Amino acid sequence: MKHMLALSELTEGQKGKVFQNNGVGGMRRRLQDIGLIPGTEVKRLQASPLGDPCAYQIRGAVIALRQQDACRILVETL
Amino acid sequence: MGLTADSTGLRAVDRGLILEKQSPRDRIIALAGNPNVGKSTVFNQLTGLHQHTGNWPGKTVANVQGRHTYRGRDYILVDIPGTYSLMAHSAEEEVARNFVCFGKPDGVVVVCDATCLERNLNLVLQILEVTHRVVVCVNLMDEAKKKKIQLDLPLLEKRLGVPVVGVTARSRRGMEELMERVEEVSTPRYLATPCQVAYPAAIEAAVARIQPVVAPLLEGKTDSRWAALRLLEGEKSLLRELDQALPQPVSKDPVVKQAVASSCEVLAKEGIGQQELPDRIVGSLVETAEELCQGVVTRQESRAAALDRKLDLLFTSRKTGIPIMLLLLAGILWLTITGANYPSQLLSDFLFSFQDHLTALFVSLGAPDWLHGLVVLGMYRVLAWVVSVMLPPMAIFFPLFTLLEDFGYLPRVAFNLDRCFQRACACGKQSLTMCMGFGCNAAGVVGCRIIDSPRERLIAILTNSFVPCNGRFPTLITLITIFFTAGLTQPAGSLVSTLMLTGVIVLGVGVTFGVSKLLSHTLLKGVPSSFALELPPYRRPQVGRVIVRSVFDRTLYVLGRAVVIAAPAGMVIWLMANLSVGGESLLTLCSGFLDPLGRVMGLDGVILLAFILGFPANEIVIPIMVMTYLSAGTLNQTENLSQLHQLLTAQGWTWLTALNTILFSLMHWPCSTTCLTIYKETKSVKWTLLAIGIPTAIGMTTCIGTTLIARIFGLA
Repeated sequence: MKHMLALSELTEGQKGKVFQNNGVGGMRRRLQDIGLIPGTEVKRLQASPLGDPCAYQIRGAVIALRQQDACRILVETL
Repeated sequence: MGLTADSTGLRAVDRGLILEKQSPRDRIIALAGNPNVGKSTVFNQLTGLHQHTGNWPGKTVANVQGRHTYRGRDYILVDIPGTYSLMAHSAEEEVARNFVCFGKPDGVVVVCDATCLERNLNLVLQILEVTHRVVVCVNLMDEAKKKKIQLDLPLLEKRLGVPVVGVTARSRRGMEELMERVEEVSTPRYLATPCQVAYPAAIEAAVARIQPVVAPLLEGKTDSRWAALRLLEGEKSLLRELDQALPQPVSKDPVVKQAVASSCEVLAKEGIGQQELPDRIVGSLVETAEELCQGVVTRQESRAAALDRKLDLLFTSRKTGIPIMLLLLAGILWLTITGANYPSQLLSDFLFSFQDHLTALFVSLGAPDWLHGLVVLGMYRVLAWVVSVMLPPMAIFFPLFTLLEDFGYLPRVAFNLDRCFQRACACGKQSLTMCMGFGCNAAGVVGCRIIDSPRERLIAILTNSFVPCNGRFPTLITLITIFFTAGLTQPAGSLVSTLMLTGVIVLGVGVTFGVSKLLSHTLLKGVPSSFALELPPYRRPQVGRVIVRSVFDRTLYVLGRAVVIAAPAGMVIWLMANLSVGGESLLTLCSGFLDPLGRVMGLDGVILLAFILGFPANEIVIPIMVMTYLSAGTLNQTENLSQLHQLLTAQGWTWLTALNTILFSLMHWPCSTTCLTIYKETKSVKWTLLAIGIPTAIGMTTCIGTTLIARIFGLA
C-alpha cells in the first residue's frame, strides 16, 4: 500500500521516496543540490528537542529541515 | 582545529583576495568542495598555515591563500568556502563560485568526502564543465574504512577522465601523490577529455544552437558549453559576473540574446519552461553522479553509522538534548574556572615580581621618573594584568571547546536551538555564528556569511556581540570569583561560579533571541526563510594535537593582543593619569564627568571610562579600571589578583557594582575590530551604528533596572 505524504508527515524511522519537490526559490535548488530529486529515498530520523526541525537521511547524509520546508516535499511511503 | 590566531581579530576581516605570483612560473590552485569535507585541513597540511578547521559546515567563508613548494615550483593554494553546487545561494557560496568560474586558477582540486562520494560528485561534474584542469581529491579515506565503505578510485578516475587521488589529510596520507597530480593538471599543455553530463535531448539541442553563437565572444576565457547552459538558465548574479569577466558583456549581445530567447521558446514548447530547466539540469547531474558511483562505492553494514545515530539520539532528543547541552557548557566553564585559578595566581605573582626588577633596572640606569612611569607603571603593568587575567582561562576554555567542535557537536547545538530562532524569525545557523563569537565577535560576524537570507544574516550580525568573546570572558570570571564566591570553600565556590557564568551566557543567548525577534518585527521585518543544515558524522578528535595546538595558539593570541593593544593602552592611561589640566589629571576629569551617568547605572565614572577606553579591545577594561583607581591614590600597590577585591571595595564597589559591571560587559558596544568588521560585512554606517546602539541601550537599561530594583528593595 503506497500513498502520498508530505515529507514532514513521515514518522520517526519511516522511509519514503521523493515524488515531487514543491520547494520555492533557493530552497528548491538547495535540496536538489544535496540530491533530493524525484526517486530519491529519504528516511525520517529524530526530531529536535523542541519538535522542529527534524533530521532526515538523504543519500547517506543527515540533513536537518524545518517543518515549513519539509512539508513542500511530496513522498510516496515505502 | 578551532578558531586560531590566523582566523580571529583583525585577521578575521576579509580583505578580499589579491593573488600575488612572485614568479611567472607560480601556479594558482583552487581548493573547492562541499562544506565540511576537510578542504581547510588539506590546505593547512600543504601550506603549513593554521586556518580554522572543525567538524561543521561553514567555517571557511572567505578565500584564503597559502603557498606550497613542490619540485622547485611555487603553488599558490586558495582555500575557498565549501559549496554543494556552483549555483550560489549565499554570500560565501558566491565567493566560491566566482573564484572557480572567473578567478582563472591554473588548476582546481575538488576535495570530496569519501563517506559521501556520490553527493560530492555533483559538484565535481559542475566544475568539470568549467575546466578540465581538475584533480578529484577523495579525503577522509580513514573514515570510509571505519564505516566499511570500499572505493574503487582507479575505476572512478577512468570514468571521470581526470586524476582521482585518495587521501587522509589529517595524517598527511596521500598528499605527495596529490601534488604530483596537481602538477600534472596545471601544466599548460595538459589535455583531458573529462566525462560530460548528458542532459535531456531538448536541452542538448538548445545548447548546440547557442554554443556556436557564444563561442567567438568568449575568446577562450570560458568554456562555451558551460556558458551556453548558464545563459539558458538565465541566473542574474552569475550572468553579471560572466559579463564582467569577459571583454564584452556576452549576455547583452543582441545575437546571443536572440539565440537564447528562441531556444527558450523551443524548450518551453517541449515542456521545459524556465521553472523546469534548472530542475532537469540538476536531475541529470544527480543521476550522472549516481551512475558514476555504481561499482565504485560498495557499502557494508557498519556499526559506525549506527553509533552516530545513537549519539544523535543522546545529544538531540527531546528529553536529553537540552540538558546535555547545558551540562556540557557548564562542564567546560567549571574546568575553566577551577583550572585557571592557580596558573593565574602564579602568572600574576611572577609578572609583578618582575616589575620590581624592572624598576630596579630603571633606577640603576638613572632613567627619569616619567620614563619609568610610562614604561613600567604604564605599559608593563597593563601588559602583566592582561596576560595573567586573560591567558589561563582562554588557554583552558579553547582547547575544550575545540574538542567539541572537532567532534561534530556544534551543528547539533544549531539543531537543538533552531526552533527558538525560527520563533524569532531568524536562522538556526545563527547558533554556529554565536559559537564563533565565543572566540572573537569579529570572527563571528564574518561567519554570518553562512546564513543565506540577507535579512537573517543582518540579524545575526547585529546580535553577535551578546556572546561574550575571548576578551570579556576572563573579566566575567574574575568579577564572579572575587565578588560572589570568594568566601565559599571549594568545591562549592567553583560550582557557584560555574552556575553564575553559565547563567550569564544563557542570559546573553536569551537576549539574542529577544533582540532577533524584535528586529524581525520592526527594522528587519520578514518571515523565517528556509533552512537546511547538515549534521555531519561524528569524528574522534585528535585530542593531543588539539590541546597542544590550541593552547599554543591561544597563548600566542593573548600575548599578541597584549603587546599590540594593552601595552599602548597602558601608556595612554599613564599619560592621562599624569597630565593635568587645572590641577586635576585628565583621567580624574573624564571619570568625574562620567560619574553621574555611571552612578545611575549602578557603576561609577571610572568603570564607564574603562569600557570606553576599552573600545580597542575588551581585554583591557579591568586593567584600565585598576590603573585609574591606583592613580587616584588610595592604594598604591595592587600587584596581586587577591588584592583586587580590596582595591575595588575600597573604591566603593558592592556586589551590585560587580553585577552591573558583569551585565554591562555582556551588553555594550562591540570592540573596534568587530565594528570595523560589521561595517565591512554590511557596507553600511547605519547598520554599524545600530550594532553599537542596540547592545549599549540594552546594557544601560538593564543596569539602571537592576540598580533601581536593588535600591527599592534596599538590597544595596
